[in-house]
Amino acid sequence: MTLNVYDLMKKLSETPAPSGYEQRIVETIREYWHPLVDEINVDRVGNLVAIKKGSGKQPRHRLLLAAHMDEIGLIVKAIERFPDEAGGNGFLRVTNVGGADRRQMYGQKVIVHSTGGRDLLGIIGSLPANMLPGSVRTKSFGYDELLVDVGLSYDSLVEEVSIGDFISFHQPVRKLLNRRIVGKALDNRAAVAATTFCLDQLSGREHEWDVLAVATTQEETTLLGAHTSAFSLQPDIAIAIDVTHGKGPGVKDDVAYELNGGPVLGLGSNVHPGIFRRLSDAASAIEMTFQIEPHQRFSGTDAAGLQIAREGIPTGLVEIPLRYMHTSVESIALADIERVGRLSAEFISRLDSETLSEIVAEMMD
Amino acid sequence: MNELLKQLTETVGVTNDEKSIRIIIRDLIDDHVDEWRVDTLGNLIATKKGTGESDLRFMVDAHMDEVGLMVIGYDSDGSIKFQTMGGFDDRALLGKVVQVGTKNLVGAIGARPVHLLKRSQYNNLVKTEAMRIDIGAKSKEEAQRKAKIGDMATFVTDYEELGEMAIGKAFDNRAGCAVLIELLKGEPYPFDLVAAFTVQEEVGTRGAKVAAFAVKPDAALILECTPAYDLPNKRDVSPNVMLGKGPSIYVMDARTIQDPRLVSHITRTATEQNIPFQIRRPGGGGTNTAAIQQSGIGVPAATIATPARYIHGPTSMINLKDYKNVIALADASMRSFSREVLKR
Repeated sequence: MTLNVYDLMKKLSETPAPSGYEQRIVETIREYWHPLVDEINVDRVGNLVAIKKGSGKQPRHRLLLAAHMDEIGLIVKAIERFPDEAGGNGFLRVTNVGGADRRQMYGQKVIVHSTGGRDLLGIIGSLPANMLPGSVRTKSFGYDELLVDVGLSYDSLVEEVSIGDFISFHQPVRKLLNRRIVGKALDNRAAVAATTFCLDQLSGREHEWDVLAVATTQEETTLLGAHTSAFSLQPDIAIAIDVTHGKGPGVKDDVAYELNGGPVLGLGSNVHPGIFRRLSDAASAIEMTFQIEPHQRFSGTDAAGLQIAREGIPTGLVEIPLRYMHTSVESIALADIERVGRLSAEFISRLDSETLSEIVAEMMD
Repeated sequence: MNELLKQLTETVGVTNDEKSIRIIIRDLIDDHVDEWRVDTLGNLIATKKGTGESDLRFMVDAHMDEVGLMVIGYDSDGSIKFQTMGGFDDRALLGKVVQVGTKNLVGAIGARPVHLLKRSQYNNLVKTEAMRIDIGAKSKEEAQRKAKIGDMATFVTDYEELGEMAIGKAFDNRAGCAVLIELLKGEPYPFDLVAAFTVQEEVGTRGAKVAAFAVKPDAALILECTPAYDLPNKRDVSPNVMLGKGPSIYVMDARTIQDPRLVSHITRTATEQNIPFQIRRPGGGGTNTAAIQQSGIGVPAATIATPARYIHGPTSMINLKDYKNVIALADASMRSFSREVLKR
């Protein structure tokens, strides 16, 4: 299989998967991963777990590679009729699933995933500013103003849609200049794509350790997938792949990283220093430029969950710079995805039977 | 899929730079009119000769411009500064995909992400001045090469249909343009029909003013797309117009009282022909009707509009039945139109 990163990202991004509603993206990822791994299964909370066996002697060490597959979205909280009489229009009131940016929601296309299994295309609308109460007219939109409009009468709408139905954003992936793309849910399909590249690389090179590639569930809400997969799979080392803020409009300061500047290696409370060092060694070995992101407390990634599973797991964090996080115009450089795939494969192939004891020894060295 | 609406709404024609949409419309009407010309401001004015039964000159106006953005500068990181052309709510712009310049370069409008804001800042309105268009340029120089000062930008919104609704950008006023194109495709009217696809409505009905002066019509019909506020609303109990209730007929807006003879002719025609219609709630707003009505010695004028939700944003919505009924009502009103209607 020859992987084209743009085609892969387009397919992954345009498959809807709000947190907790990942059935469809599981199938998409499974198609890509299946030919690259030895075993692939969905666990009891919805993580997609793929095992690629290493060449080392049994019992082999195991590395968990986590990329969350869920995305931010919306959920139906009420259905309203206007005018409130027979034949009135139907509208959905919604609230967020994960940290969706409501400042930019007006005018976005969305897909309502009805419990009956239908997809309804709709628009996020609002009354115009001059008809809103004065107190909110000069503020960003709140969920009291925003509504989802699928163009149905109230009577037809309540037949199709129920309170609690999930909604995903609808925005096709498009190309910008310089091999950059724009679209929704690049957080975190970019990491799923990078993991796919890593598995593809490992198919052609020696690695002693077993690799457990996990597309995790519900990172955007509770880190459910990270906590549970690390507990059940009991890896010796874990790496989370995620996105981080890219430098760009509105973000000039040191909290963000250059697009096309290479992988960003997390450092701080969610990251084991020994794993960080080995990731940077791997980057240097293949002469890959990387950036470093120090996290004060919570990295906001699966690394936070992986690290504290069971008795604790040495955990690393590799990130891809992304502009406009949690909007429908997330933007990344495709080359960074390929780089993170290559770096992860290099890191994995350098692991041997001594690595774990070396990491332990370094703690007192 | 309504291919005409798809083509017209997906084409770019930001106010003051209507060339792309003008050429497309010219190509669409060329076989159905006897002559066309483009005036100084860029109005496309076409004549479809009548059967000769009546010597009236009847003008039908549909503005072809849309609201949009204009490139005004650059940041050192290659992002583009812009200003709005026509009326916008700042909140409609953030997080949208746009196309810039005649090569339709894709860009994204972004700002500082929510994670990097203080909790209290989340409720602040993000002003247009704080937003940038990001085309993926690596430097100011690259951005300058790809997008010139003065280049226009508008949303990238695929036209899509959902049941009897259609969603897309610029139904205001490509819906009106599409109606006028359909009228030109029909059989000749008793009188000469002068079709004016006008420019610069969104910045003060400027195209219609000179078009009407040049055409000097005996009567005029303005085809529009009017905002529908048929959404849950605490302050008011009734919608101004409502999607699905038919063509919206103007009686009064902020800038006109429409010609009562024409208005009653249109409503009578609708009733006779069993075409649903709704009287738009009198109040604010303004269309080319104001400019045409005041042209020269004055022109009896009226307006028929397709109602649309969320206009002047990236994605608006119309009911396709309303759109078809606007075509039917405009056509029937013109076929039955004569000097009798204008008698005092």
